[in-house]
Amino acid sequence: MSAEFLQFLLAGLTAGAIYALVALGFTIIYNASHVINFAQGEFVMIGGMTTVSLAAAGLPLPAAIAAAVLAAAAVGLALEKFAVEPARGASVVTLIIITIGASILLRGLATLVWDKKIHALKPFSGDAPIRIGGATLAPQSLWVLGVTLVIVLLLAWFFNRTLLGKALLATSHNRLAAQLVGINVRRVLLVSFGLSAALGAIAGILTAPITFTSWDVGIMLGLKGFAAAILGGLGSGPGAIVGGLALGIVEAMGAGYVSSAYKDAIAFVVLLAVLFFLPGGLLGRRGAERV
Amino acid sequence: MGALALVLAAAPFAFTNNYHYEIAILVMLNAVTCVGLNLLIGYAGQISLGHAGFFGLGAYGSAILTARYGWPPLAALAAATAGTALVAYVVGRPILRLKGHYLAMATLGMGIIISIILVTEERFTGGPDGMSVPPFAVAGFALAGERAWYAVCAAMLVAAVWLALNLIDSPAGRALRALHGAEIGAQVSGVDAARAKLAVFVLSAVFASVAGSAAAHYAGFITPAKAGFFHSIELVTMVVFGGMASTFGAVAGAAALTLLPQLLTVFKEYEMVMMGAVMMGTMIFMPKGLVPTLAARFAGGGRR
Amino acid sequence: MLKRLAVAAAALFAFAGGAAFAQEPIRIGSFLAVTGPAAFLGDPEQKTLELYVEKLNAAGGVLGRKIQLTVYDSAGDAEKARAFAKRLIEQDKVDVIVGGSTTGETMAVVPLVEQAGIPFISLAGAVVIVEPVKKWVFKTPHSDRQACERIFVDMKARGLTKIALISGAGGFDKSMRAQCMQVAKNYGIEIVADESYGAGDTDMTAQLTKIRSAPGVQAVLNCGFGQGPAIVTKNYRQLGITLPLYQSHGVASKEFIKLAGGAAEGVRLPAAAILAPETLPDSDPQKKVLLDYKREFEGRFKQDVSTFGGHAYDGLMLAVEAIRRAGSTNKEAVRSALESIRGFVGIDGVFNFSPTDHVGLDVSGLRIFEVRGGGWTVVK
Repeated sequence: MSAEFLQFLLAGLTAGAIYALVALGFTIIYNASHVINFAQGEFVMIGGMTTVSLAAAGLPLPAAIAAAVLAAAAVGLALEKFAVEPARGASVVTLIIITIGASILLRGLATLVWDKKIHALKPFSGDAPIRIGGATLAPQSLWVLGVTLVIVLLLAWFFNRTLLGKALLATSHNRLAAQLVGINVRRVLLVSFGLSAALGAIAGILTAPITFTSWDVGIMLGLKGFAAAILGGLGSGPGAIVGGLALGIVEAMGAGYVSSAYKDAIAFVVLLAVLFFLPGGLLGRRGAERV
Repeated sequence: MGALALVLAAAPFAFTNNYHYEIAILVMLNAVTCVGLNLLIGYAGQISLGHAGFFGLGAYGSAILTARYGWPPLAALAAATAGTALVAYVVGRPILRLKGHYLAMATLGMGIIISIILVTEERFTGGPDGMSVPPFAVAGFALAGERAWYAVCAAMLVAAVWLALNLIDSPAGRALRALHGAEIGAQVSGVDAARAKLAVFVLSAVFASVAGSAAAHYAGFITPAKAGFFHSIELVTMVVFGGMASTFGAVAGAAALTLLPQLLTVFKEYEMVMMGAVMMGTMIFMPKGLVPTLAARFAGGGRR
Repeated sequence: MLKRLAVAAAALFAFAGGAAFAQEPIRIGSFLAVTGPAAFLGDPEQKTLELYVEKLNAAGGVLGRKIQLTVYDSAGDAEKARAFAKRLIEQDKVDVIVGGSTTGETMAVVPLVEQAGIPFISLAGAVVIVEPVKKWVFKTPHSDRQACERIFVDMKARGLTKIALISGAGGFDKSMRAQCMQVAKNYGIEIVADESYGAGDTDMTAQLTKIRSAPGVQAVLNCGFGQGPAIVTKNYRQLGITLPLYQSHGVASKEFIKLAGGAAEGVRLPAAAILAPETLPDSDPQKKVLLDYKREFEGRFKQDVSTFGGHAYDGLMLAVEAIRRAGSTNKEAVRSALESIRGFVGIDGVFNFSPTDHVGLDVSGLRIFEVRGGGWTVVK
């Protein structure tokens, strides 16, 4: 029984780590601009697909990965410059529609640049399953969990110890005040998009050996990442991580113990229940609303 | 609104074959749903990313009752609508306490749960491949053929628009708009925010449900994709595209985004790229949506 | 992309050449899931249709008339499929429709073609398309019920009687699962576990763990297509499950082996022989047609041939054969001609239509393949 539980838990953590990375992407952009970037999932797709095609073209894997992350970041910057910035004064819903349009555009471009097939990456360190107390784990899962941890620590350092990071944080708390103290808000916006795109790309690359990648892999992951960000509390970095892991675990446990057909429904029911009792998400701000 | 009725009456003269009627009917059914959704998003300021769920409930309610239990379609329509309204009421009360993106996510989740149930309970719903729906018949007289359906849908649309416009201009409507502007301020002035929001939520669900039932009978077939989150996103896009807080904007948005994929087929494999580009371009350059921007362009007379 | 333009230009020239003869072209319409979640169905189908229409036109057309092909992308959406089918019938005024990559899209269009009285050859799998038989609706792939039957025959021969099912959430998955559950007892097979996963799911270890502990389970059947089965296969090996694993004809492609990697060794599935035509004996009636198609398709498009493109080939060739036999594009004549086709060697098998059989294939067209040494080999 407990070997089964451990198996479900490991599966949930692996999926959850990916959701957490995507959720972090949502959170960073949201904090800088109050925009929900529905194209976040496409960064995941770009990361995975670019790496696959570069690796197939002969580039050694680390170089392909670096290039893919840079490419995704570039797309993120372009998105901000050409789509979000011109529409800066518009309402939030309009901005959401713009990002939805962007995600459709990116998917369309993906089918032209690449193809409509599903692609796999070689696992970074082989396929031999690792046995842990009666359960098995794919080595790639360790990569996922490990790299996610490293990224979280790096981001914590970035936001708390570097000037740029602190500028991002300041903008998220109060944009006007940040401008007043001389922070270039426009640059902050650019950086957040670039950073979120890079995070999404890394998630896509980490998971491509396990879950494969294709031109439309971003849709579901984007949705789940958004759900995770909300679950943890929109705008909260730790919340994104907690939300991601929680979502992954709830899904796995739901599939394992309740019903695999309804597992997504179960996850959403849990999400709704959490929001019912904690309208700001698990770690969200629970302050008063300004009138 | 007279103009709308005129356009609807005159349009068939431009149609040369049934395919045109089909598209027009699809536009009108989407428009009815969007008019309702616009009341919620544009006027009450609440967002719903799961409205296709209500469309699906109406459609499947009608489908299952008529196909599996042999109910007369009119009774099935009434029951499906009542059922959807009930679901909207029960689900809306807790959900509408949330705000902003949390509300968006909650409605998204609700929509997804509905579509998962529709897909999984195949014994009733026929599963992911959908099910056939008998034609709509009242007292032995079956509603068949594009022209008949066109007339019915046009009537539905006019009724929906009339209802929406009258609601907006009523005291209830003013209370709604006050909510959108500043919820707490409105509450201070005596508006029962929770009840008002719930009422609009249920009303917009009813619009969607009726449109769903009609769509099911018209096509003779229904699939769970109609209740899925892509369709929900499409509906919200139509409302925003056409212009929030504008009933005619909702109609225009529905027309534009239903016609666009048909027109973009010329681009073949570039269709998706063009679709995304058009959506982005329109929202960037006309952030208030088609109708309000165009209305302001041809300024003077700021009637909604 | 340039090649696509070239093909279009060539087709245009061919058509213009034909127009010089002032002959009405034969209009063949199609709606396919070229983009969207079923794109791996619609993409090879569209390519196959375009390739062979071009070849037919280059050889002089059919009945001395050129073929004009109109393809719309329904993206796997039943409503779009309906709208495009209507457009084909009413606006483009096609003579025959060969299309419908998925069952959902096909079923949404059935009322339309029945009402309009136009022959429709579907490229989708589920048995409901032709059962009960509808006057104007035909289909080319083997039905999912036949796939189940073929798998069960093999299982029974290996003495596997208690099996577990795992399927995805899509129409294909659920339909095949329902068919398998229905016919299992006819082969003495008992289903002891039934799990499912969602579209876009990334990990099935939870479901497989449950299956592993199902009482007496001897084999596992995965009804699915796309990336789900590849993930199931990888998870299967990761968990160390050694029971025989069967996949569906939906993943009968080299892609599947590429995705699942070494985990795919030993996996069996039912498929049309196009999967590995070189491994057929020379006496096999299908071998030549298969090898020709494979050579043409792979030569033109530089991508592996697939069973799905084969469905489109069969659909087109059957339509053309029916038009030839009917001597015209009169819809009723073409329809009757279709029903009279016997012994037609296609990619999916040898077709024998009749007024009561609108799929025309029997289970013998399906072979059992197994992954050996990283490639598909025909077992039976």
